Amino acid sequence: MTAFAPSGRRGTPPTATRGARDGVLPWLAVPALAVFVAFGVIPLIGVLLLSFTSWDGLGEIQISGLTSWRAVLADPGLPHALWVTFLVMAASWAVQTPASILIGVFLAGHQRYRAVLAVLYFIPLLLSSAAIAITYKALLDPNFGLGAGLHIGLLTQDWLGEPVLAFSVVIFVVSWQFIPFHSLIYQGGVRQIPRTMYEAAEIDGAGRVRKFFSITLPQLKYTIITSSTLMVVGSLTFFDLIFVLTAGGPGDATRVLALDMYKRGFQANLMGPASAIAVILVLVGLALALFLRRLGGRDTGASQLEGA
Amino acid sequence: MESRTPSRRTFLSLSMGIPVGAALAACGTSGPAKPSATGSAGGGGGGAGNATYWYLSVQPQEGVRARAVERFNKANPGGQITGTAFQNDAYKTKIKTAIGAGQAPTIIWGWGGGTLRTYVQAGQVEDLTSWFGENAAVKDRLFPSSFGAATIDGKIYAMPCETVQPIVLYYNKTVFEKVGAEPPQSWGDIMALVPKFNAAGIAPFSLGGQSRWTNMMWLEFLFDRIGGPEVFQAVFDAEKDAWNNPAAIDGLTKMQELIKANGFIKGFSSITADSNADQALLYTGKAAMMLHGGWTYGGMSTDGGDFVSGGHLGYMNFPPVEGGKGDPSNTVGNPGQYLSISSKATPEQKEIAKKFFATGVLTDQEAKEWADTGAVPIVKGADSSFASSKDADFLKFVYGIASNATSFAQSWDQALSPTAAEVLLDNIAKLFQLSISPQQFASNMNAVIGK
Repeated sequence: MTAFAPSGRRGTPPTATRGARDGVLPWLAVPALAVFVAFGVIPLIGVLLLSFTSWDGLGEIQISGLTSWRAVLADPGLPHALWVTFLVMAASWAVQTPASILIGVFLAGHQRYRAVLAVLYFIPLLLSSAAIAITYKALLDPNFGLGAGLHIGLLTQDWLGEPVLAFSVVIFVVSWQFIPFHSLIYQGGVRQIPRTMYEAAEIDGAGRVRKFFSITLPQLKYTIITSSTLMVVGSLTFFDLIFVLTAGGPGDATRVLALDMYKRGFQANLMGPASAIAVILVLVGLALALFLRRLGGRDTGASQLEGA
Repeated sequence: MESRTPSRRTFLSLSMGIPVGAALAACGTSGPAKPSATGSAGGGGGGAGNATYWYLSVQPQEGVRARAVERFNKANPGGQITGTAFQNDAYKTKIKTAIGAGQAPTIIWGWGGGTLRTYVQAGQVEDLTSWFGENAAVKDRLFPSSFGAATIDGKIYAMPCETVQPIVLYYNKTVFEKVGAEPPQSWGDIMALVPKFNAAGIAPFSLGGQSRWTNMMWLEFLFDRIGGPEVFQAVFDAEKDAWNNPAAIDGLTKMQELIKANGFIKGFSSITADSNADQALLYTGKAAMMLHGGWTYGGMSTDGGDFVSGGHLGYMNFPPVEGGKGDPSNTVGNPGQYLSISSKATPEQKEIAKKFFATGVLTDQEAKEWADTGAVPIVKGADSSFASSKDADFLKFVYGIASNATSFAQSWDQALSPTAAEVLLDNIAKLFQLSISPQQFASNMNAVIGK
């Protein structure tokens, strides 16, 4: 991979600074592009082709036209999985965003105790989703878990056995895991806001709350869009956590699209329909990412600090 | 500047889509290229020389399998077998992917039935019919009932091995004494015991419902006791609307009646069998009874303290249902485990595998070791050695069930194709969740008959 960069530099005359920059820049993208093509585009094309076949993962791959697509689109499981995926996306966004902004703003202060807290908040991000899921599963067990062990009635619920509770637990665990990451993004965003704005507001007599809503939040607009994009598109691919925590259950209450894809492909041996779902997942992801970019306005390159 | 925006945007959006594609690609290639590096020159399916063999981990069973391979290797320095152990659920996906990728081990361990049929249809396993014809002695020393799940369209594609595992109704004697109840002799008794135990603050039945096949065992017995083995046989034979059989609807309705009466432990749908939490509920006295595979006996004697050794564990065959047609001696479960030979293996590897089948599988020593784990090996006359075992009573009980059963049906999810099995398990989970009615269950299942 790294061989590309030096070869690009060698090919350009060192004297013409302006020309060198123009010549080198495209070459710098080559390693990333090569990885992207090899691990992103080529598998994607493979999945697209597989979605027009029927294959049980063992025998010959047979071209079957639109059979897989028809089967997937006619299955009532698909709208259900899409709906659950949307709910997970919306609910986890609605929980994570306010919490992350508040924690991010709090951690942006330079006090020492906040730095210590920042390190503590960061811990969940270091754990793997599977480990988190196994731990929560054990803690929430209605017979041998935390509630039963401490004899706290409130905690002794059938956390993963009731559809609404199980869904809430998934949202809670997802939020617990990813709020630290988004707080970090917001912390960086808040620290970029010029002090002068706050000073001007203070002279005008603005209080803490007023400053937050009139300066901090508007200035974080693009940070919010970035963080939301990561959250929304990321939530499309939640798999490991839900797979270990509820396996899509109870019934199909937490069966998101990614899980549906896995179950069809690797448990029911239907690689064609599973690939069709994978294609749908990619399309939904692309559409959402594009939509969120639009939301930020056409000219995202413009500085939000202008006039400050 | 403006003109560059679209391409950058597209690029960003595309890069967001990568995880999906990459994740799928990663899944597709997650089968190991080489099963084990230790002391073996032979690779997955390609190399000549040594044969490879994948089987399930977890003690004490893993030790029995590993020692059988060790003994064979010691006796046959010319043709060695390299064994690799995998966890149960991981193995199911791994073996499928490996076979599909042409990287199968020489000897494929499995449960026979529907999964074996998919291997056969893909031409991935050897036909052993003529080999068994030439080696009748090998065939004759095993339980005849074990060959059913190894036979696809009249031909034998696998060597039955290891143990017979009927599903057994276990109960906690201590809890029954405390409540002053007798073990159920009929379905009516079961329904009458439910309020009794609930009033005492003990769950009538333990159940690891998240695993789904645990729920299925209940339906297997209800269908059999009410309508006999023909009910599911019709499904297996792909008869149209076979799930609409009145016996099937009756069984499904009875099932939901038991669930509605709080017959199962609270939170059963979030308990998994893999963690053995369902067994723990029984031996800790939180639940009075449990319908589970014969293999859980070994787990409960290891984990349950003096529960098994102190004689607190009771066991029986599933009781009859009033007015039912099924023979109460019938049972369901795993009639055996199965070894197939990969058709992609080299002739040398196939020879080693066949030699292993003839001289290394279920030797007297191995049969004895299986009995020591509390399971009945599928060897005729195995009961003669049970007397000396500490688990003699349970072994005799299982041997009796296995040899006296008029019908020993294979577990549904193993008998059906993986595609139909997944739909079945899915609908069973919903049935137990009470989110679909028996009629909806039947029509959902009728839609996938024969698939």
